[in-house]
Amino acid sequence: MKLLEMKNVKKSFEELEVLKGISLEVNQGEVVAIIGPSGGGKSTLLRCATTLVPINSGLIKIGGDTLVETDDNGVTHYADKKSLAHIRSKFGLVFQNFNLFPHFSVRRNITEALIHVHKKSREEANRICDELLVKMGLEDKGDSYPCNLSGGQQQRVSIARALAANPEILFFDEPTSALDPELTKGVLRVIRGLADEKMTMVIVTHEMSFARDVADRIIFMDGGLIVEEGPAAELINNPKNERTKSFLAGY
Amino acid sequence: MHNISSTLSQLGAGLKFTLIIFIFTLLFSIPLGLLVAKGRMSKNKIISGIIRIYISVMRGTPLMLQLMVVYFAPNFIFGIQLRDLTIGDVDYRLTATIIGFSINYAAYFAEIFRGGIQSIPQGQYHAAQLLGFSGAQTFFRIVLPQVVKNVLPAVTNEIITLVKDTSLAQVLAITEMFTAAKGQAASQVSIMPLVMAGVFYYIMNGIIEIVMNRAEKKLSYYN
Ligand SMILES: Nc1ncnc2c1ncn2[C@@H]1O[C@H](COP(=O)(O)OP(=O)(O)O)[C@@H](O)[C@H]1O
Ligand SMILES: [Mg+2]
Repeated sequence: MKLLEMKNVKKSFEELEVLKGISLEVNQGEVVAIIGPSGGGKSTLLRCATTLVPINSGLIKIGGDTLVETDDNGVTHYADKKSLAHIRSKFGLVFQNFNLFPHFSVRRNITEALIHVHKKSREEANRICDELLVKMGLEDKGDSYPCNLSGGQQQRVSIARALAANPEILFFDEPTSALDPELTKGVLRVIRGLADEKMTMVIVTHEMSFARDVADRIIFMDGGLIVEEGPAAELINNPKNERTKSFLAGY
Repeated sequence: MHNISSTLSQLGAGLKFTLIIFIFTLLFSIPLGLLVAKGRMSKNKIISGIIRIYISVMRGTPLMLQLMVVYFAPNFIFGIQLRDLTIGDVDYRLTATIIGFSINYAAYFAEIFRGGIQSIPQGQYHAAQLLGFSGAQTFFRIVLPQVVKNVLPAVTNEIITLVKDTSLAQVLAITEMFTAAKGQAASQVSIMPLVMAGVFYYIMNGIIEIVMNRAEKKLSYYN
């Protein structure tokens, strides 16, 4: 089953065309890594897929539901408010700089939406939270505040927060770019664990060996276009496109 | 010879009005300031333009003048008899004072709140949106608590200024504490009533500082 489907998605900021027609499909259980030089539109792609920025034209479907679509007259329609809320509950996004809520404890960061958006009981929310904390190796950090955690721990909390409502697909925007190499390992280990559980994930990353080992498929993006895509090991070891080759040569 | 008990009872009577003005002004101007801040940040150019002018007039003209305008406007503009504006046994002079203070302080609070709201990173809104929080939930659960922490020191400043500004109510012939002290100083030919009033203002602000410091400390559990 396709959990993410994008067809000819275009996005401009004023004059600047950042996505020039992106088509992409992600199947259930698949891990897709997106690599490419900075400024190539990777973050914008994730933001479009996660409704943070509106697209200009194209089609995006998540879990079979149409998020946005350009009709035959060239008019682009988004789903109505209610469907949008439903579609948003199907995915999670992990940000490069975590974006944890600094005034909430780790526990509240994870449970707040469960209780106030998904209307779960506090007990149920706490149970989900405890499970996730164990999975993240943070079982003793529930009462800590983000400011007292290392970057790696904060990122793991934000992964737990994104997982709490049990999304079908998880997006990551350079989850380790803000971290020291030492702290990166713990975060990558957690993501690897999710891949082993067949979590569907789209990961923008600069960690090439990680992408090769964990992803099923790698997409190389540059200049607002998908330049090359293929099975992970093949794309890393035998890139066909010249731009992919020269990009990978830098690693 | 200075009559302490007469001074105390007069200052006490004045203090009552000082406190009424102080408390009601805070009660009205803080929520109003939040609304004004929202309006100032509105994407609607007309709303934000009007609010911008309102704030600049409030900050750019004397509060004493604004109090007089609020007091006389109903009569000058609408021909309403001011005595008809008495509510129960509250004379319109006091109502006008509280309105004048509230709209003036709302403008100052609005600018403080706007700064506080704009200092919240975009990422907080993005995270909240993706977790499914509604606009209101995002504001009240995620944004506002962080804003409160950010603006507390500036708000403390305003509150302390307000305590002292209450003496401006004398322009509408309200016998708040400062007016009472002036009266006693004149009738008793002594500077003591004024000194005592000064001590009262100082104590009030001392209490405010202690309370606000405590609040700041309470919010210092994160940074
Ligand atoms: N909100 C925005 N407004 C204007 N330009 C933007 C905005 N977001 C991104 N861009 C521009 O879009 C291009 C692609 O950015 P981005 O998607 O962040 O690339 P990447 O994540 O691959 O580094 C860059 O040139 C960037 O300056
Ligand atoms: Mg990026």
